[in-house]
Amino acid sequence: MNKLDSVRSSKKLVDQSRPMTGNEAIARGAWEAGVKVAAAYPGTPSTEILENMATYNADDVVAQWSTNEKVSVDTAIGASLSGVRALAAMKHVGLNVAADSVMSVTYIGVHAGLVIVVCDDPGLHSSQNEQDTRVFARLANIPVLEPADAQEALDFTRLAFDLSEFFDTPVIVRATTRLSHTRSSVSIGPRTEVEPKGWVDDYRKTVMIPGHARIRHPVVVERVEKLSDYFSASPLNRWDKGDRSYGIITHGTCYPYVKEVVPDASILKIAASYPLPEKLIQEFTATVDRVIVVEELEPVLEVEIRALGIPAEGKSLFPRVGELAPEVLREGLARAGLIEAATALHDWQVEPLARPPVLCAGCPHTTSYMALRAIDALVPGDIGCYTLAAVEPLQSIDVTVCMGASIGNAVGMAKANTSDRPIVATIGDSTFLHSGIPPLIDAVYNDANITVIILDNKITAMTGGQNHPGTGKTLRGEQTHEVDYEELCKSVGVKWIKTVDPYDTGELFQALREATEFRGVSVLISYRPCVLDPVKIKGPALVVKAATCTACQACMNLGCPAITWIDELFEDKHKVEINPVSCIGCSLCAQICPSDCIQPLAPLTETSVIS
Amino acid sequence: MDKLSVQETKSKKGGRAKKAKTQKAEMTKNVLIVGVGGQGVIMISKVLALLCQTQGYQVKQSEVHGMAKRGGGVFSHVRFGEEVWSPTIPMGEADVLIALEWAEGLRWLPHLKHDTGIFIADTQQIVPPFACRNRTAGAQTAYVKETPTEILEKVADGYALDAGGFAEELGNSRVANTILLGALSASLDFADEDWLNIIAKFVPKGSEKVNEQAFMKGRDWIIEVRENPEEMPREATQPEMPIPPAGDVDISLDIIDDWCKSCDICVRLCPERCLELNEQQIVRLKKPDACTGCRLCEWLCPDFAITVNRTPVNKKKEAA
Repeated sequence: MNKLDSVRSSKKLVDQSRPMTGNEAIARGAWEAGVKVAAAYPGTPSTEILENMATYNADDVVAQWSTNEKVSVDTAIGASLSGVRALAAMKHVGLNVAADSVMSVTYIGVHAGLVIVVCDDPGLHSSQNEQDTRVFARLANIPVLEPADAQEALDFTRLAFDLSEFFDTPVIVRATTRLSHTRSSVSIGPRTEVEPKGWVDDYRKTVMIPGHARIRHPVVVERVEKLSDYFSASPLNRWDKGDRSYGIITHGTCYPYVKEVVPDASILKIAASYPLPEKLIQEFTATVDRVIVVEELEPVLEVEIRALGIPAEGKSLFPRVGELAPEVLREGLARAGLIEAATALHDWQVEPLARPPVLCAGCPHTTSYMALRAIDALVPGDIGCYTLAAVEPLQSIDVTVCMGASIGNAVGMAKANTSDRPIVATIGDSTFLHSGIPPLIDAVYNDANITVIILDNKITAMTGGQNHPGTGKTLRGEQTHEVDYEELCKSVGVKWIKTVDPYDTGELFQALREATEFRGVSVLISYRPCVLDPVKIKGPALVVKAATCTACQACMNLGCPAITWIDELFEDKHKVEINPVSCIGCSLCAQICPSDCIQPLAPLTETSVIS
Repeated sequence: MDKLSVQETKSKKGGRAKKAKTQKAEMTKNVLIVGVGGQGVIMISKVLALLCQTQGYQVKQSEVHGMAKRGGGVFSHVRFGEEVWSPTIPMGEADVLIALEWAEGLRWLPHLKHDTGIFIADTQQIVPPFACRNRTAGAQTAYVKETPTEILEKVADGYALDAGGFAEELGNSRVANTILLGALSASLDFADEDWLNIIAKFVPKGSEKVNEQAFMKGRDWIIEVRENPEEMPREATQPEMPIPPAGDVDISLDIIDDWCKSCDICVRLCPERCLELNEQQIVRLKKPDACTGCRLCEWLCPDFAITVNRTPVNKKKEAA
């Protein structure tokens, strides 16, 4: 085990250039470990891991966007079995997409180190659920390392590759939004070049047919036991000795909160949340009178520690939902009678302002949803910025499940045949490529009477503007083949396909009407690049002629953040104005205005029109 | 169990550990920086975090920015000291709250120390579209009502400044965040040149000079105001919206059935979705309570089939 314990032995220098986020540190750790292939599909809060991977020399590491998380894990498996260290990164729900591959590669094991970074999102900062990857790891029998800060994110990721090779297992490094997006000082080290091993050449281990898998399953079970023993003895655990009247068992991102609230308590911080270091836990609990488990989300440790016969307390004190915080911890410990209750917070008596996220000024998605609302369509939506059209004023999405679900939902809605309203699935370009193509083929195959709008803004916008196969550029910005959606749809048998410019409201409305009247699968591609990425678009602003504004606020139906009220009134209602800084000149409001009072600041010339 | 080589922090640090811990707890400084996407909250947080690191402190800077680009609120916790644990500032424990936008500052007040906290806020108001979504007559902007005067009375040590206005005076509206950083600097014990060196690493090339001016402007302003508190603006920069005359109106729709040709335009485009076609395919007001009398249906109807009547309630009473 000497090799495994080497991670902390080499003294490293603190990186003086700037504090690192957890995601930067994970990328650094992987690079230091000699990773050769890294792949991911963007997803908050994991996106920056691969973006940072791509800042390292291309000779050191291949860093690429995959079309989805499953492809990224499959890519990493292929690389690992070919003898080079590999990494796949994703957000928690991405692991569901990759699940099929993950559940098999756990039997196969690895050749060179294979690390899967999964970022959970307790508190739902930008996700559709709060699922706990630690539960998934139990299903897959894959060890999970739990770094607490950026330094550990680097160290644990680096170690994960050694662990993976030593125990012949994929290893999950788990982060949360708070770790991924918190900066702290980090000591960095050099890269260890790892000699490629070549192809694994052991088909009984790598071809998962029943006969082979039957042999591998007991190996997996045995591996978990070995890992538990290893983690019981690992120097990465941390035992803070203190007051023995109670002891806290915790890990990773929860540990800093515990230290904040009860710095002098007896604390066992375990390095891995799976498998549990049972021997170490028994040794620790024997030294304290009462055992408290602090963990975010599900009572994973608590239940397993109780199964060891230890009367651990956890979710009776702390919530099972949401993100942990010092005040949440303080409240639970006070309820347990372990610390004094915090003094009540001062009541400032200030009502906070609601500031929900909105689509940007000039967002090309806007008109598609206005048109959908106007034709009173039933709209299964998907995951992306456009999910914001689910709330007022656009409020035109009826169901959103997960990545790529919209088209399949539409097929089911059409087959249920319980509504006369047209059924229109809306899906972004990146999401369509991620998981929208198989359901489109299904829709054609099963002759579903639906319309699909591909909202092509030529970028993965929600996660901050990443390239994908439809942009014609790679993660490193190199030119590559660009998917042609019309050709793609044609080849799978779609008979009605049209591309429109969503800045032309008339054309869009008309095309949508035709598409929904077509019997069978019709695909409308609404094409207009995102106003933020890859280049920020800014055209000449429009102005409202207050004299003729009738305060009908039809323009407000766009939900454009550049339009606001002024104090001038018409029939007791505020007239509007346009903020010239945030207006990008898309002209959608001018196209909608029934009194024609929104006009360009200066007479339009050919060059001033955004093309 | 001798094989278990667990890290034992206390035994390593010996007897000094506990003392150091309690000292640390006192020394951890908490600065909360808040604003709206695009204002530069994260940039000035990074400046502060790196400055603290170069000054030998442990630092944690935690942000949530997933929705920043979409006009949502942005906040960043910066904590520094000998040993910093939680990445987030516990409620009621921020030493300084810096707000780049007025309502955002108010939102985060519960994080500020009530008895000693320093509150530094730009009086700039960024009104979200959500606040202007009410078509009923007499509706007011749903923006926070508290004026700087009211808030400065509530906080232990408060400053409200028109950083946006100062930035425009300096000829670059983008440096408002640096002005606030300058204002913050007067409450932290770091040398000006150290601040400026770090700022220069983060600002766009060519804007170092104006950012330096902005930093000094904020710093000088707050020093000046501390000496002469009456210098401070007490009202928000933007005028209060006038309260529209009492908007109590009765709204009714006159629909000429014979002129309605069931084209559906009004039903589809009613912003409150309160119209429908009845069994004879003639437009009807389905939800009278939801109708705001905006007249959009009246204006959009190609056949002049709809007239919106707005009768002030008090006039009606008089008539009766």
